[in-house]
Amino acid sequence: MEDIVKKRIKQVLKGDQSAFEEIVSLYQNRLYQVCYRMLGNRHEAEDIAQEAFIRAYINLHTFDQKRKFSTWLYRIATNLCIDRIRKKKPDTFLDAPVPGTDGLDHYSSLAHDAPLPEEEVEKMEQQERVQYEISRLPDKYRSAIVLRYIEELPLQEISEILELPLGTVKTRIHRGREALRKQMKKL
Amino acid sequence: MKPCPEEIVQYMHDYLDGEITRRDEQILKEHLEKCPDCQEHMDQLSRSVAFLSSASHIEAPEGFSSRIMASLPKERQSAGLRRWFGRHPMLAAVAMFMLLAGITLFSNFNTSDGQLAVSTQPNLVIEGNKVIVPEGEKVEGDLFVRNGELHIEGEVEGDVTVINGSKYMASTAVVSGRIEEIDRAFEWLWYTIKSGIKDGLSVFEGPDAGDEEE
Ligand SMILES: [Zn+2]
Repeated sequence: MEDIVKKRIKQVLKGDQSAFEEIVSLYQNRLYQVCYRMLGNRHEAEDIAQEAFIRAYINLHTFDQKRKFSTWLYRIATNLCIDRIRKKKPDTFLDAPVPGTDGLDHYSSLAHDAPLPEEEVEKMEQQERVQYEISRLPDKYRSAIVLRYIEELPLQEISEILELPLGTVKTRIHRGREALRKQMKKL
Repeated sequence: MKPCPEEIVQYMHDYLDGEITRRDEQILKEHLEKCPDCQEHMDQLSRSVAFLSSASHIEAPEGFSSRIMASLPKERQSAGLRRWFGRHPMLAAVAMFMLLAGITLFSNFNTSDGQLAVSTQPNLVIEGNKVIVPEGEKVEGDLFVRNGELHIEGEVEGDVTVINGSKYMASTAVVSGRIEEIDRAFEWLWYTIKSGIKDGLSVFEGPDAGDEEE
Protein backbone atom coordinates (compact mmCIF):
# COMPACT_ATOMS: atom_id res chain seq x y z
CA MET A 1 0.00 0.00 0.00
CA GLU A 2 2.85 2.39 0.77
CA ASP A 3 3.93 1.97 -2.87
CA ILE A 4 0.60 3.14 -4.25
CA VAL A 5 0.66 6.01 -1.80
CA LYS A 6 4.14 7.07 -2.86
CA LYS A 7 3.09 7.03 -6.48
CA ARG A 8 0.07 9.19 -5.68
CA ILE A 9 2.23 11.56 -3.67
CA LYS A 10 4.47 12.06 -6.69
CA GLN A 11 1.43 12.82 -8.81
CA VAL A 12 0.14 15.33 -6.29
CA LEU A 13 3.55 16.97 -6.16
CA LYS A 14 3.51 17.27 -9.93
CA GLY A 15 0.29 19.20 -9.54
CA ASP A 16 -2.33 16.49 -9.93
CA GLN A 17 -4.63 17.37 -7.09
CA SER A 18 -7.07 14.58 -7.85
CA ALA A 19 -4.45 11.96 -6.95
CA PHE A 20 -4.83 13.12 -3.37
CA GLU A 21 -8.31 11.67 -3.15
CA GLU A 22 -6.99 8.12 -3.12
CA ILE A 23 -4.61 9.01 -0.33
CA VAL A 24 -7.54 10.37 1.64
CA SER A 25 -9.65 7.28 1.09
CA LEU A 26 -6.84 5.00 2.17
CA TYR A 27 -6.25 6.78 5.47
CA GLN A 28 -9.50 8.53 6.30
CA ASN A 29 -10.85 5.86 8.65
CA ARG A 30 -7.66 5.49 10.64
CA LEU A 31 -7.15 9.19 10.92
CA TYR A 32 -10.72 9.93 11.83
CA GLN A 33 -10.65 7.16 14.41
CA VAL A 34 -7.55 8.53 16.13
CA CYS A 35 -9.08 11.98 16.24
CA TYR A 36 -12.35 10.65 17.53
CA ARG A 37 -10.72 8.61 20.27
CA MET A 38 -8.50 11.51 21.28
CA LEU A 39 -11.22 14.15 21.24
CA GLY A 40 -14.28 12.07 21.96
CA ASN A 41 -16.52 14.10 19.71
CA ARG A 42 -17.57 13.33 16.17
CA HIS A 43 -17.80 16.89 14.95
CA GLU A 44 -14.45 17.82 16.34
CA ALA A 45 -12.92 14.62 15.06
CA GLU A 46 -14.12 15.37 11.55
CA ASP A 47 -12.93 18.91 11.82
CA ILE A 48 -9.45 17.92 12.96
CA ALA A 49 -9.07 14.94 10.62
CA GLN A 50 -10.03 17.18 7.73
CA GLU A 51 -7.57 19.81 8.85
CA ALA A 52 -4.89 17.12 9.08
CA PHE A 53 -5.44 16.04 5.49
CA ILE A 54 -5.42 19.61 4.25
CA ARG A 55 -2.19 20.31 6.08
CA ALA A 56 -0.71 17.14 4.68
CA TYR A 57 -1.67 18.30 1.20
CA ILE A 58 -0.20 21.75 1.64
CA ASN A 59 3.01 20.46 3.21
CA LEU A 60 3.39 17.38 1.08
CA HIS A 61 6.63 18.67 -0.40
CA THR A 62 8.18 18.51 3.07
CA PHE A 63 7.37 14.81 3.47
CA ASP A 64 10.49 12.67 3.25
CA GLN A 65 9.48 9.99 0.78
CA LYS A 66 11.90 7.51 2.27
CA ARG A 67 9.76 7.45 5.42
CA LYS A 68 6.43 5.86 6.07
CA PHE A 69 3.61 8.13 4.99
CA SER A 70 1.14 6.96 7.64
CA THR A 71 3.59 7.94 10.39
CA TRP A 72 3.80 11.45 9.02
CA LEU A 73 0.05 11.71 8.65
CA TYR A 74 -0.60 10.40 12.17
CA ARG A 75 1.88 12.94 13.48
CA ILE A 76 0.01 15.82 11.89
CA ALA A 77 -3.28 14.54 13.25
CA THR A 78 -2.11 13.83 16.80
CA ASN A 79 -0.43 17.24 17.02
CA LEU A 80 -3.64 18.90 15.95
CA CYS A 81 -5.62 16.86 18.47
CA ILE A 82 -3.23 17.74 21.28
CA ASP A 83 -3.49 21.43 20.37
CA ARG A 84 -7.24 21.21 20.31
CA ILE A 85 -7.37 19.53 23.71
CA ARG A 86 -5.13 22.21 25.18
CA LYS A 87 -7.17 25.05 23.76
CA LYS A 88 -10.37 23.45 24.93
CA LYS A 89 -9.26 23.02 28.53
CA PRO A 90 -10.49 26.28 30.05
CA ASP A 91 -13.92 25.79 28.51
CA THR A 92 -14.47 22.22 29.56
CA PHE A 93 -16.79 23.04 32.40
CA LEU A 94 -19.01 25.00 30.09
CA ASP A 95 -19.56 21.98 27.92
CA ALA A 96 -22.64 19.96 28.49
CA PRO A 97 -23.92 16.82 26.80
CA VAL A 98 -25.77 17.81 23.67
CA PRO A 99 -29.26 16.34 23.54
CA GLY A 100 -30.00 14.30 20.46
CA THR A 101 -26.43 13.30 19.74
CA ASP A 102 -25.68 9.62 19.85
CA GLY A 103 -24.50 7.81 22.95
CA LEU A 104 -20.85 7.76 22.00
CA ASP A 105 -20.80 11.51 22.01
CA HIS A 106 -22.52 11.81 25.32
CA TYR A 107 -19.44 11.84 27.51
CA SER A 108 -17.19 13.42 25.00
CA SER A 109 -17.75 16.96 26.00
CA LEU A 110 -17.52 16.19 29.68
CA ALA A 111 -14.25 17.00 31.27
CA HIS A 112 -12.33 13.83 31.98
CA ASP A 113 -11.28 15.29 35.29
CA ALA A 114 -14.86 15.36 36.43
CA PRO A 115 -15.63 11.65 36.87
CA LEU A 116 -19.19 10.46 36.72
CA PRO A 117 -20.88 8.76 39.65
CA GLU A 118 -20.14 5.07 39.70
CA GLU A 119 -23.71 3.93 39.08
CA GLU A 120 -23.79 6.10 35.92
CA VAL A 121 -20.63 4.42 34.69
CA GLU A 122 -21.98 0.97 35.39
CA LYS A 123 -25.05 1.63 33.27
CA MET A 124 -22.95 2.48 30.24
CA GLU A 125 -22.82 0.36 27.14
CA GLN A 126 -19.43 -1.16 26.54
CA GLN A 127 -18.50 1.11 23.64
CA GLU A 128 -19.64 4.16 25.52
CA ARG A 129 -17.54 3.04 28.45
CA VAL A 130 -14.44 2.56 26.31
CA GLN A 131 -14.64 6.14 25.14
CA TYR A 132 -15.34 7.37 28.64
CA GLU A 133 -12.26 5.63 30.03
CA ILE A 134 -10.07 7.01 27.26
CA SER A 135 -11.38 10.49 27.89
CA ARG A 136 -10.44 10.22 31.55
CA LEU A 137 -6.82 9.47 30.76
CA PRO A 138 -4.41 12.35 31.33
CA ASP A 139 -3.63 14.05 27.98
CA LYS A 140 -0.02 13.00 28.13
CA TYR A 141 -0.83 9.31 28.13
CA ARG A 142 -3.91 9.43 25.97
CA SER A 143 -2.22 9.77 22.60
CA ALA A 144 0.23 6.96 23.31
CA ILE A 145 -2.53 4.68 24.62
CA VAL A 146 -4.82 5.40 21.65
CA LEU A 147 -2.05 4.73 19.17
CA ARG A 148 -1.10 1.53 20.99
CA TYR A 149 -4.47 -0.02 21.80
CA ILE A 150 -6.88 1.51 19.29
CA GLU A 151 -4.58 1.82 16.29
CA GLU A 152 -2.50 -1.16 17.43
CA LEU A 153 0.75 0.42 16.33
CA PRO A 154 4.19 -0.84 17.37
CA LEU A 155 6.04 1.16 20.01
CA GLN A 156 8.71 2.23 17.55
CA GLU A 157 6.15 3.77 15.23
CA ILE A 158 4.44 5.54 18.12
CA SER A 159 7.78 7.02 19.07
CA GLU A 160 8.16 8.36 15.54
CA ILE A 161 4.64 9.74 15.44
CA LEU A 162 4.90 11.51 18.76
CA GLU A 163 8.54 12.44 18.15
CA LEU A 164 9.49 11.09 21.52
CA PRO A 165 12.28 8.72 22.47
CA LEU A 166 11.20 5.09 22.67
CA GLY A 167 11.82 5.04 26.41
CA THR A 168 9.49 7.99 26.93
CA VAL A 169 6.78 6.28 24.89
CA LYS A 170 7.13 3.14 27.01
CA THR A 171 6.89 5.15 30.21
CA ARG A 172 3.76 6.91 28.96
CA ILE A 173 2.15 3.65 28.00
CA HIS A 174 3.05 2.09 31.33
CA ARG A 175 1.61 5.04 33.22
CA GLY A 176 -1.39 5.10 30.94
CA ARG A 177 -2.03 1.43 31.68
CA GLU A 178 -1.72 2.06 35.41
CA ALA A 179 -4.15 4.96 35.11
CA LEU A 180 -6.62 2.75 33.25
CA ARG A 181 -6.22 0.03 35.83
CA LYS A 182 -7.09 2.44 38.61
CA GLN A 183 -10.03 3.83 36.65
CA MET A 184 -11.41 0.38 35.98
CA LYS A 185 -10.48 -1.57 39.09
CA LYS A 186 -13.95 -3.01 39.39
CA LEU A 187 -14.25 -4.08 35.80
CA MET B 1 5.57 -10.62 54.97
CA LYS B 2 8.40 -9.34 52.91
CA PRO B 3 7.52 -6.65 50.37
CA CYS B 4 7.31 -7.48 46.68
CA PRO B 5 10.46 -6.84 44.63
CA GLU B 6 10.28 -3.37 43.08
CA GLU B 7 10.89 -4.56 39.56
CA ILE B 8 7.85 -6.84 39.45
CA VAL B 9 5.51 -4.11 38.21
CA GLN B 10 8.08 -3.12 35.61
CA TYR B 11 8.18 -6.76 34.47
CA MET B 12 4.40 -6.70 34.13
CA HIS B 13 4.64 -3.80 31.73
CA ASP B 14 7.53 -5.32 29.86
CA TYR B 15 5.42 -8.42 29.51
CA LEU B 16 2.46 -6.43 28.18
CA ASP B 17 4.77 -4.64 25.74
CA GLY B 18 5.95 -8.01 24.54
CA GLU B 19 9.47 -6.97 25.47
CA ILE B 20 10.39 -9.14 28.42
CA THR B 21 13.47 -11.30 28.60
CA ARG B 22 13.02 -14.98 29.32
CA ARG B 23 14.76 -14.62 32.63
CA ASP B 24 12.53 -11.74 33.78
CA GLU B 25 9.45 -13.56 32.61
CA GLN B 26 10.44 -16.53 34.72
CA ILE B 27 10.89 -14.29 37.76
CA LEU B 28 7.51 -12.63 37.10
CA LYS B 29 5.70 -15.96 36.77
CA GLU B 30 7.19 -17.38 39.91
CA HIS B 31 6.28 -14.26 41.83
CA LEU B 32 2.69 -14.10 40.54
CA GLU B 33 2.14 -17.71 41.57
CA LYS B 34 2.84 -16.97 45.18
CA CYS B 35 1.60 -13.36 45.43
CA PRO B 36 -2.16 -12.78 45.06
CA ASP B 37 -1.76 -8.98 45.22
CA CYS B 38 0.56 -8.88 42.24
CA GLN B 39 -1.59 -11.44 40.47
CA GLU B 40 -4.55 -9.11 40.96
CA HIS B 41 -2.51 -6.13 39.72
CA MET B 42 -1.50 -8.06 36.61
CA ASP B 43 -5.09 -9.14 35.97
CA GLN B 44 -6.36 -5.58 36.24
CA LEU B 45 -3.75 -4.36 33.78
CA SER B 46 -4.54 -7.12 31.31
CA ARG B 47 -8.26 -6.55 31.63
CA SER B 48 -7.95 -2.79 31.07
CA VAL B 49 -5.99 -3.13 27.88
CA ALA B 50 -8.23 -5.94 26.65
CA PHE B 51 -11.18 -3.68 27.31
CA LEU B 52 -9.65 -0.85 25.29
CA SER B 53 -8.86 -3.21 22.46
CA SER B 54 -12.53 -4.15 22.37
CA ALA B 55 -13.29 -0.66 21.05
CA SER B 56 -15.17 -0.98 17.80
CA HIS B 57 -13.65 0.47 14.70
CA ILE B 58 -14.84 3.91 13.86
CA GLU B 59 -15.23 4.94 10.26
CA ALA B 60 -14.99 8.36 8.74
CA PRO B 61 -18.40 9.86 8.02
CA GLU B 62 -20.04 9.63 4.63
CA GLY B 63 -18.67 12.09 2.09
CA PHE B 64 -15.59 12.82 4.16
CA SER B 65 -13.08 12.53 1.33
CA SER B 66 -15.11 14.61 -1.10
CA ARG B 67 -15.46 17.34 1.49
CA ILE B 68 -11.69 17.35 1.84
CA MET B 69 -11.15 17.43 -1.90
CA ALA B 70 -13.53 20.36 -2.12
CA SER B 71 -11.70 22.33 0.53
CA LEU B 72 -8.18 21.86 -0.80
CA PRO B 73 -6.55 25.01 -2.07
CA LYS B 74 -7.07 25.41 -5.81
CA GLU B 75 -4.43 23.71 -7.89
CA ARG B 76 -2.39 25.55 -10.46
CA GLN B 77 -4.27 25.78 -13.72
CA SER B 78 -1.43 24.37 -15.78
CA ALA B 79 -1.52 21.22 -13.71
CA GLY B 80 -5.21 20.80 -14.33
CA LEU B 81 -4.73 21.17 -18.05
CA ARG B 82 -1.83 18.78 -18.09
CA ARG B 83 -3.87 16.18 -16.29
CA TRP B 84 -6.80 16.68 -18.62
CA PHE B 85 -4.45 16.17 -21.53
CA GLY B 86 -3.13 13.04 -19.93
CA ARG B 87 -6.61 11.62 -19.67
CA HIS B 88 -7.72 12.56 -23.17
CA PRO B 89 -4.66 12.18 -25.38
CA MET B 90 -6.73 12.31 -28.59
CA LEU B 91 -8.58 15.48 -27.78
CA ALA B 92 -5.43 16.93 -26.36
CA ALA B 93 -3.67 16.19 -29.60
CA VAL B 94 -6.46 17.82 -31.56
CA ALA B 95 -6.32 20.86 -29.38
CA MET B 96 -2.59 21.04 -29.73
CA PHE B 97 -2.74 20.53 -33.46
CA MET B 98 -5.32 23.24 -33.92
CA LEU B 99 -3.15 25.53 -31.95
CA LEU B 100 -0.16 24.80 -34.14
CA ALA B 101 -1.91 24.66 -37.48
CA GLY B 102 -4.18 27.51 -36.56
CA ILE B 103 -6.07 29.49 -39.11
CA THR B 104 -3.95 28.46 -42.10
CA LEU B 105 -5.38 25.02 -42.05
CA PHE B 106 -8.97 26.14 -41.94
CA SER B 107 -8.45 28.64 -44.70
CA ASN B 108 -7.18 25.79 -46.85
CA PHE B 109 -10.42 24.02 -46.39
CA ASN B 110 -12.61 27.00 -46.81
CA THR B 111 -11.20 28.34 -50.03
CA SER B 112 -12.28 26.76 -53.29
CA ASP B 113 -8.84 26.89 -54.83
CA GLY B 114 -7.42 24.17 -52.63
CA GLN B 115 -4.41 22.61 -54.30
CA LEU B 116 -4.60 19.05 -55.47
CA ALA B 117 -2.32 16.84 -53.44
CA VAL B 118 -1.67 13.22 -54.25
CA SER B 119 0.55 10.58 -52.82
CA THR B 120 3.33 9.69 -55.20
CA GLN B 121 2.81 6.32 -56.78
CA PRO B 122 4.33 5.89 -60.24
CA ASN B 123 1.35 4.34 -61.97
CA LEU B 124 -1.25 6.94 -61.02
CA VAL B 125 -2.67 9.02 -63.81
CA ILE B 126 -3.42 12.64 -63.06
CA GLU B 127 -5.72 14.69 -65.27
CA GLY B 128 -6.49 18.15 -63.97
CA ASN B 129 -7.90 17.51 -60.54
CA LYS B 130 -8.74 13.93 -61.41
CA VAL B 131 -6.59 11.12 -60.08
CA ILE B 132 -7.02 7.80 -61.81
CA VAL B 133 -5.97 4.32 -60.86
CA PRO B 134 -6.06 2.81 -64.35
CA GLU B 135 -7.75 -0.50 -65.01
CA GLY B 136 -5.33 -3.39 -64.86
CA GLU B 137 -2.86 -1.38 -62.83
CA LYS B 138 -1.90 -2.08 -59.24
CA VAL B 139 -1.01 0.85 -57.02
CA GLU B 140 1.11 -0.20 -54.10
CA GLY B 141 1.01 1.59 -50.78
CA ASP B 142 -1.57 3.88 -49.23
CA LEU B 143 -3.27 6.22 -51.64
CA PHE B 144 -3.97 9.72 -50.60
CA VAL B 145 -5.86 12.38 -52.52
CA ARG B 146 -6.69 15.84 -51.32
CA ASN B 147 -8.83 18.42 -53.14
CA GLY B 148 -9.42 16.13 -56.09
CA GLU B 149 -11.54 13.39 -57.64
CA LEU B 150 -10.29 9.89 -57.30
CA HIS B 151 -11.31 7.33 -59.91
CA ILE B 152 -10.41 3.80 -59.07
CA GLU B 153 -10.58 1.37 -61.94
CA GLY B 154 -7.64 -0.80 -61.03
CA GLU B 155 -6.27 -2.13 -57.81
CA VAL B 156 -4.95 -0.36 -54.71
CA GLU B 157 -2.90 -2.40 -52.34
CA GLY B 158 -3.26 -0.25 -49.24
CA ASP B 159 -5.63 2.25 -47.66
CA VAL B 160 -7.41 4.91 -49.65
CA THR B 161 -7.99 8.32 -48.18
CA VAL B 162 -9.81 11.10 -49.94
CA ILE B 163 -9.80 14.47 -48.31
CA ASN B 164 -12.11 17.22 -49.36
CA GLY B 165 -12.84 15.55 -52.63
CA SER B 166 -14.80 12.73 -54.18
CA LYS B 167 -14.24 9.16 -55.14
CA TYR B 168 -15.59 6.94 -57.90
CA MET B 169 -15.12 3.23 -57.82
CA ALA B 170 -15.40 1.29 -61.08
CA SER B 171 -16.73 -2.28 -61.00
CA THR B 172 -13.21 -3.46 -61.61
CA ALA B 173 -11.83 -1.56 -58.58
CA VAL B 174 -10.11 -3.48 -55.85
CA VAL B 175 -8.93 -1.86 -52.62
CA SER B 176 -7.17 -4.11 -50.13
CA GLY B 177 -7.11 -1.62 -47.27
CA ARG B 178 -9.64 0.74 -45.71
CA ILE B 179 -11.36 3.51 -47.61
CA GLU B 180 -11.93 6.80 -45.88
CA GLU B 181 -13.43 9.99 -47.12
CA ILE B 182 -12.82 13.06 -45.08
CA ASP B 183 -14.32 16.35 -45.99
CA ARG B 184 -14.58 18.39 -42.94
CA ALA B 185 -11.81 20.31 -41.34
CA PHE B 186 -12.28 18.70 -38.00
CA GLU B 187 -12.22 15.19 -39.37
CA TRP B 188 -9.11 16.03 -41.27
CA LEU B 189 -7.50 17.11 -38.09
CA TRP B 190 -8.66 13.97 -36.47
CA TYR B 191 -7.27 11.90 -39.24
CA THR B 192 -3.90 13.62 -39.17
CA ILE B 193 -3.63 13.12 -35.47
CA LYS B 194 -4.76 9.54 -35.46
CA SER B 195 -2.20 8.62 -38.06
CA GLY B 196 0.36 10.70 -36.24
CA ILE B 197 -0.24 8.71 -33.11
CA LYS B 198 -0.30 5.44 -34.99
CA ASP B 199 3.06 6.29 -36.49
CA GLY B 200 4.44 6.77 -33.05
CA LEU B 201 4.51 10.53 -33.24
CA SER B 202 3.03 10.63 -29.81
CA VAL B 203 4.53 13.95 -28.86
CA PHE B 204 1.45 14.74 -26.85
CA GLU B 205 1.92 11.96 -24.35
CA GLY B 206 2.97 13.88 -21.29
CA PRO B 207 5.33 12.25 -18.84
CA ASP B 208 2.53 11.40 -16.43
CA ALA B 209 -0.02 10.21 -18.95
CA GLY B 210 1.18 6.64 -18.68
CA ASP B 211 0.85 6.51 -14.89
CA GLU B 212 -2.93 6.57 -15.09
CA GLU B 213 -3.24 2.90 -15.97
CA GLU B 214 -1.79 1.31 -12.84
ZN1 LIG C 1 3.79 -9.36 44.85
